[in-house]
Amino acid sequence: MDAFWEFFSLRDPNIRYVLGGTVLLGIASGLIGTFTVLRRRALVGDAVAHAILPGVCLGFILAGGKDPLLLVAGAFVFGLLSMITMDFITRNSIISPDTSIAMVLSVFFGLGVVLLTMIQSSSFTDQSGLDDFLFGQAASMVGYDVKVFGGLSLFIILSVILVYKEFKVISFDLTYAKSIGYPVKRLELAMALLMVLIITAGIQAVGVVLMASMLIIPAAAARYWTDSLSYLLLIAAVFGAISGAAGSFISYTAPAMPTGPWMVVSAACVFFVSFFFAPGRGELSRMLESKKLSFRIRRENVLKSLYSFEEKDGKAERVRTLSELMKTQRLSKLKMKSILSYLKNKELIHVYPGPPSGFVLTENGRKEAKRLVRVHRLWEKYLNEYLQIPEDHVHDDAESMEHLITEDIEKELRASLGSPDKDPHQSQIPYDDPASKQPDRSSNRRNTK
Amino acid sequence: MNEKSPHMPPLEVHDLTVAYNQKPVLWNIDFEIPEGSLTAVVGPNGAGKSTLIKAIMGLIPSSSGYALFYGKPLGKRRSSVAYVPQRESVDWNFPVNVFDVVLMGRYPHLKLFQRPRPVDKEIAMNALKEVGMQEYSDRQISRLSGGQQQRVFLARALAQDASVYLMDEPFAGVDAATERVIFNKLKELQEQQKTILVVHHDLQNIKAYFDHVMMLNLRLTAFGPTQSTFTDDNLQKTYGGRLNILSQIVERSRQERFVREKE
Repeated sequence: MDAFWEFFSLRDPNIRYVLGGTVLLGIASGLIGTFTVLRRRALVGDAVAHAILPGVCLGFILAGGKDPLLLVAGAFVFGLLSMITMDFITRNSIISPDTSIAMVLSVFFGLGVVLLTMIQSSSFTDQSGLDDFLFGQAASMVGYDVKVFGGLSLFIILSVILVYKEFKVISFDLTYAKSIGYPVKRLELAMALLMVLIITAGIQAVGVVLMASMLIIPAAAARYWTDSLSYLLLIAAVFGAISGAAGSFISYTAPAMPTGPWMVVSAACVFFVSFFFAPGRGELSRMLESKKLSFRIRRENVLKSLYSFEEKDGKAERVRTLSELMKTQRLSKLKMKSILSYLKNKELIHVYPGPPSGFVLTENGRKEAKRLVRVHRLWEKYLNEYLQIPEDHVHDDAESMEHLITEDIEKELRASLGSPDKDPHQSQIPYDDPASKQPDRSSNRRNTK
Repeated sequence: MNEKSPHMPPLEVHDLTVAYNQKPVLWNIDFEIPEGSLTAVVGPNGAGKSTLIKAIMGLIPSSSGYALFYGKPLGKRRSSVAYVPQRESVDWNFPVNVFDVVLMGRYPHLKLFQRPRPVDKEIAMNALKEVGMQEYSDRQISRLSGGQQQRVFLARALAQDASVYLMDEPFAGVDAATERVIFNKLKELQEQQKTILVVHHDLQNIKAYFDHVMMLNLRLTAFGPTQSTFTDDNLQKTYGGRLNILSQIVERSRQERFVREKE
């Protein structure tokens, strides 16, 4: 806990630098990552991240040590080179994009590892920290490194804000963008360059192996929270920043630990929280949704059963026992009881202690049950009449559709069928208001709505 | 719209040939569309209907020939031409709402990096009203029916405020209500002397909806007023099988990766 306060109180200027650098990096990779994910270029991002390793090594050899500017230059050149290679292979051969991506990733990375080993076995005086480029080491950044890498991130953030409108169109509808004369090729190139740049900016803090995850995971997690591109960018940036901060904190408290994996693990935590708990799209809320639906279907079926007893013997006041009801549904006693107590609370049924103990529909309950039976039979009629489905095949479909038919759809059904008296099985269709039947069926077709 | 010369046709296409790497090919297409006409482009599957308007819009390269709008190439007439792509061409799960998409119709009137102005938002909202979709402006586009999605595309084109409209299958997979909305809108545009070219697949309503018809099957088989052009004879020519030798040479040029010399 002490370490936590010491770190986030930002008293140590070195910590301020490192934290500032990783947070900027997280924001920038969240922004670029959003477009990368939306344009389905996530794998390309991964390939580019791996492919910059030989560039980093060459930069190291040229500088004779760790010089951030030369490292960035080398990484940038190789990132670009890998993209051009992937594009060239896909365009000019029968090899599919995924294959060319995989090839470029492994070949470039392999070359990088070869160079890395050569440097390590040679007589370079200062080769400390070269390993860091594989898995990242945020804490080893000094002021100058932060200025270079943080500056890159800042440049990327500003660029995305500037070309937001153009990036939005080419990501959503490329043909339209072309048709209004946008310089699509140049915009796509700009987007690709920004992606290479952000990957380059991450070599020190995250490392080449895992940089792609910083691009992809915050954006993928953010998609669970919003349907608007501007908010998506904002949330992805925040998630990126959180991951960046968490990574650098761990790098600070445990200097032997590489930063990249920790950043990715933090990002993954954010993703899992989103995946399970985001309202609306998260797994939990979807599960609740479907539980709610199946509970509604069951209780509607129970209401219908009560009504069908009445229909059979015409005795609305008669009390129906639990065992009678149990025969109509495939439900456990416990579930049935919970449904009945729900219906009672909603005042859809009366419960009589007996003897014989049992249940009777209330006025409202009967109305609702009638509605269900009505839409069931109307739907059967519709299937039979408009889709020419034989009457012995319509029941099962209506059994599930009755729970989905809204008031509006019922109105349309009645309009196009003309409120018929009987369903295809010659059962009476129960209306609340027999007087207001619509006799004229031809003038009231669906289209006029 | 701005400086159109009165004698120039809104769209003329000269000897357009498209040798597309894989799919259909167009052969020496040559026509001139009269101002204020509503034209249906019809033909069998793979006849090159979409290819034609894509080539006119410069979205795919053509091996020879050219298209002019009011006597000038498209590059000089961007703001007076609106193109409506096929609905399937975009990812409807993309995180934008209806209004955002329609607002994109104003982008050709904005400079690079310029943000939409209040007046653009007003125009976009009006376009949305015109297709009866104003209540849906905040709705995410994936939660629309196929017909509503098509209306959103039409609204975007309306917001472009163009004088020539090229539409790729705007009636594909739409409900009856949407079909009526779109068709009424096209009629209205026509009354404002706009010129409209529509790739269409339903031969049933050609006579009721369109005053001109263009019949296509790798080559232009017929073009003119619907009354005199949409005849059994021309339908037979268009739909009665491919010209055998022409399809053979098309197939060969594809296999040989043949590229015509550019003049």
